[in-house]
Amino acid sequence: MDKEFLEQGLNHNRRKFLSRLSLGVGSVALGSLLIPDLFSGKKEAEESLMRALPHFAPKAKRIIYLFQNGAPSQLETFDYKPQLIKSFGQELPESIRMGQRLTGMTAGQDSFPLVGSYFDFNQYGESRAWISSLFPHISSVVDDLCIIKSMHTEAINHDPALTFFQTGAQVGNRPSMGSWLSYGLGSENENLPAFCVLLSRGKGNGQGVYSKLWSSGFLDARHQGVQFSSSEDPVLYLSDAEGVDKNQRRRMLDQLAAMNELSYQEFNDPQITTKVQQYEMAFRMQTAVPEITDVSKEPDAVVKLYGPDCLVPGTYAANCLLARKLSENGVRFVQLYHQGWDTHDNLPNQMIGQAKDVDQASAALITDLKQRGLLDETLVIWGGEFGRTNYCQGKIAPENYGRDHHPRAFSIFMAGGGVKSGMVYGETDDFGYNIQENPVHVHDFQATVMHLMGIDHEKLIYKHLGRRYRLTYVHGKVVSDLIA
Amino acid sequence: MTYSSLIRGLIWILSVVSIWSCSEKSATPPKLLDGEQLSYNFHIRPILSDKCFACHGPDANKREANLRLDTEEGAFAALKESPGKFALVAGKPLNSEVYHRITSADPSLIMPPPESNLSLTETEVQLITRWIEQGAKYEPHWAFTRVEKPKVPSIDWGTNEIDRFVAAKIKSKGLEPNPEASSFELIKRASLDLTGLPPSLELLEKYAGFKGANTYDKLLDQLLNSPAYGEKMAILWLDISRYSDSYGYQDDNIRSQWPYRDWVIHAFNKNLPYDQFLTWQLAGDLLPNPTKEQILATAFNRNHKYTEEGGIIEEEYRVEYVLDKTNTFSKGILGITMECAQCHDHKYDPVSQKEYYQLYAFFNNSQEKGFEGDVSVSKPAKTPILWVEQDDLEGVLSFINHPDTSKLSISVMGELEEKRTTYILNRGAYDAPTLPVEASTPTSILSFSPSFEKNRLGLAKWTTHRDNPLTARVFVNLIWQEIFGRGIVKSAGDFGMQGDLPTHPELLNWLAADFMEHDWNMKGLLKTILLSATYRQSASISSTHLEIDPDNFYLARAPRLRLPAENIQDLVLASSGLLVGEIGGPSVKPYQPSGLWEAATSGRGVLANYQQDTGNKLYRRGIYNFIKLTVPPPKAIIFDSSNRDRCEITRNRTNTPLQALAMMNDPMVLEAARVLATRLGEKFKQSDQAINEAFKRIVCRELKTEEKELLQNYYETELKHFQTNPKDAAAILDVGEYPIHPRAITPQNAALMQVIVSLYNLEETITKS
Repeated sequence: MDKEFLEQGLNHNRRKFLSRLSLGVGSVALGSLLIPDLFSGKKEAEESLMRALPHFAPKAKRIIYLFQNGAPSQLETFDYKPQLIKSFGQELPESIRMGQRLTGMTAGQDSFPLVGSYFDFNQYGESRAWISSLFPHISSVVDDLCIIKSMHTEAINHDPALTFFQTGAQVGNRPSMGSWLSYGLGSENENLPAFCVLLSRGKGNGQGVYSKLWSSGFLDARHQGVQFSSSEDPVLYLSDAEGVDKNQRRRMLDQLAAMNELSYQEFNDPQITTKVQQYEMAFRMQTAVPEITDVSKEPDAVVKLYGPDCLVPGTYAANCLLARKLSENGVRFVQLYHQGWDTHDNLPNQMIGQAKDVDQASAALITDLKQRGLLDETLVIWGGEFGRTNYCQGKIAPENYGRDHHPRAFSIFMAGGGVKSGMVYGETDDFGYNIQENPVHVHDFQATVMHLMGIDHEKLIYKHLGRRYRLTYVHGKVVSDLIA
Repeated sequence: MTYSSLIRGLIWILSVVSIWSCSEKSATPPKLLDGEQLSYNFHIRPILSDKCFACHGPDANKREANLRLDTEEGAFAALKESPGKFALVAGKPLNSEVYHRITSADPSLIMPPPESNLSLTETEVQLITRWIEQGAKYEPHWAFTRVEKPKVPSIDWGTNEIDRFVAAKIKSKGLEPNPEASSFELIKRASLDLTGLPPSLELLEKYAGFKGANTYDKLLDQLLNSPAYGEKMAILWLDISRYSDSYGYQDDNIRSQWPYRDWVIHAFNKNLPYDQFLTWQLAGDLLPNPTKEQILATAFNRNHKYTEEGGIIEEEYRVEYVLDKTNTFSKGILGITMECAQCHDHKYDPVSQKEYYQLYAFFNNSQEKGFEGDVSVSKPAKTPILWVEQDDLEGVLSFINHPDTSKLSISVMGELEEKRTTYILNRGAYDAPTLPVEASTPTSILSFSPSFEKNRLGLAKWTTHRDNPLTARVFVNLIWQEIFGRGIVKSAGDFGMQGDLPTHPELLNWLAADFMEHDWNMKGLLKTILLSATYRQSASISSTHLEIDPDNFYLARAPRLRLPAENIQDLVLASSGLLVGEIGGPSVKPYQPSGLWEAATSGRGVLANYQQDTGNKLYRRGIYNFIKLTVPPPKAIIFDSSNRDRCEITRNRTNTPLQALAMMNDPMVLEAARVLATRLGEKFKQSDQAINEAFKRIVCRELKTEEKELLQNYYETELKHFQTNPKDAAAILDVGEYPIHPRAITPQNAALMQVIVSLYNLEETITKS
């Protein structure tokens, strides 16, 4: 129905150049959104559209971002530092620390004793990348990964660091990465939001998540991340009340449309028509969303791949499976958050639990996408908001220690979506403290992700209260070494 | 489908709407007639500001080629890097480098340079060329000039001065004003605008036709004197003052700033003049012998987020809090977004980094700390604290709705005994202080008189001085935005160089001057606006409107605007009779989908789990919903409220499927429909009478014949369904905690409830028109 209307609309409007650009249904809405004068027939508007998105051929169409909230230690995951084991208990040399500020949690410590990983590391795959023994499943897909060991950020506390990763600024109320992509590229599925958010939590020390992380900021609210819940209503207010069936709902929508039409006859307000359409979209979502979130019909092989937790709603594994289904159905950006990585103390124990939560399902998602031929066009990202210190916070023992926040160097990985596979990028010093080679700033990471999606991060801008904003503020360089 | 033809016929209009609703579009610059004089402020500066000032503007550190185009001296000075040449030569484009550079075909010469991703349109090039031809005259930025009361145009339309200004614009665009709206439409409109509540049946009856003593004027007085007025107006101010019930950041524990919210409601209701309203909030504690009420008002500057994350660096956050205060003051009160000057000289507005930190210095002398411990030792208020005791509640603070006898604590302002030195912070970093500065204000706005104290009280005096060009303009514009959906200056938070131009500059000046002449009387301002014929026009849209002014910049019709989230809740509860009209008190936790707080919490603090209230607290006005910063009330966010993370002064007004789902399935709406259905089912024997009254309570007018038929048919269909499926009837009536009598569980009531749900879902119901 919508398509018919749109075609009708195109006849009225600018059929010629729209068809020249062969834009799809989603893109029409998008065009009008990006280019205010699109339908006003001004020459400038056409020119703007010619410059419009994507700016170049995208490598990835969709993103699944597995955010490890709380900051997993790079030293127990991907950054193998035997030196730290040798130097157990020795002071962090000032030549290495170089005045780096510390959080209030360890700034008062008399001593900063180095501590190495409790867990063994081994090399895997053709890339011979080092991965800790906590992640046997991720190790098995190592040749699909692009591991970056030289990430660095500016914030040293969770809230600003998370906000920085997601919005490019520490201050809050800026659009999230998913919102920018929804704004720039629109949705591939008109029955689903372009940006979906899934939350889970491990037993480790949690740091909370904040809805501002998936806020659309000053962009239109339609670009806001839609949080999916593990309760019976996957999307807020999706289910009809007890005693209301589909036919009844349909009757009400028809009734509303008829009444609204009378109102339209009086006011001629186009918003009334839009309202009717939004009710129709809501009605379609009521069918589409439960079909996707229902994992009960997944074949045994899939359940086996992700592990039995994938049938338990609200777990990381269930969210990974759901992420694949949403992504497969055209959701542009699926954002997961898994809490519990804030290992200030009791690190080995907490890491065991957290790794158990995420290892199998993270690897399964990559394998699953690959088997479906979707990995090439889906960018998977795995990582936290900063790293952890190489020195111990609190009491130190080889099998029990803690690590404080460390913004200067940490590891993440990406897979699929046009990044090089079987790659390890960047290097830290022997102490895992400073980056020695190929630093990647958060803004560089964001610029690169945008690039993979076919977007020039300097050109996807939105003017708000007199300023032009973009995800990467005024910084960021695409790291072309990472791109296949 | 019956409405498909309607939709198909309208698709092109729809496109226009989607553009309107989701893009930043400003009023098109006025077209020039031959020989007409160009205005720097209205034609040229917007172009230069947007396309040139970033490199040739106020920011001294980023200035290219040493050329400054935002000041007359800079623009006419000999070019430092090209001896003998000039950027601008009055009257002579061919001698002006600006002309050559903006028309050059050489990519290495063209301005703006290609790598800036900016370019000038043909029209813009022509405008600049003609401006140079006409002498390249500069003017001071319009918003930074003193407010002078302009002459009122002599046009014979309308009821007051507003109309003369508006009619002059309307006529110049070839439009005609709409006729006056019907009395029921006006009663609903004014009621929503002044109280945020739909008119009761009694109010509709009383003022129907505005007969006898029950004039429109009287209606406005009655509404302005209703206590609900303060609740309506407070929402605007709570967005500006980023009010919330929790501290924000990761653990996001509870705090008790709600007595400040009660004060804001109280201040609006007693019509505290706006200059005092500001003075108390900025500097109540510094007034001579301040009352506790005046001190409470300073909570304005303590409403921002506070971290309770263990291990933060104290000074980093103390600075962050001062920055928030500075930015809130400049955006919410002065209508200038200054935060860029935190790190460098402003790119567009004449505010240097030094001036930013001079303003910051006013707020930098607070006793507060950057950190008072983590969530495990969290308290409902942080130093300095105002303690409120029983005596106060019976005296000067009697407006605080405190439910018990415990002592209340509120975070307020208080100065350090010894002044803290303020430094310019290099790149805005807390740990990079450079030069010390004294408290002062940006001179381009209004210089800071030596007679003012160099503290927040002096700042308040500067802010509310008759010569301050911004304060009154910004506020009358905010009120205009409240009423008409868009300010006379659309960018209500940015009156600077990059802001939108006023659509009616003279009217804005007149309103601002008149407002100050009348001692900053807020109710007076609202009454003047609502008395105007401009306001009273019908909202119906003609094809001429859509052709000439689809966005309604010129107000030849009343706007149609979706209600804000809080007022949608108010409308549902009030029309169903469920609303509990109590004013103020601790915030409440109504129905909310389960698991929202639990999914996002760190697990620490008392707000880890959502503990829904019961009884009367389920039926309070939307303004009282508990705002947990990290997980704000879901319907508020769905309906475009501010998330209160920072100062916001304009809400979006979107139209999304999630809104449709919320209106169809939110238990609050369903319960209201159920309660109203059972009440009307009891009151009336005939279903048509019940439908009639429901419609009038919810849509606030009489039914038309076609509507009557549609609703009656719908009722009959649903009735048949529930008679065949009585279990469904019982199921749908079983919603909400409000008790239901077993004998009310009937197919009739279930069918009536469905009709009422459909009424709540009508576009017209939640639209002010």
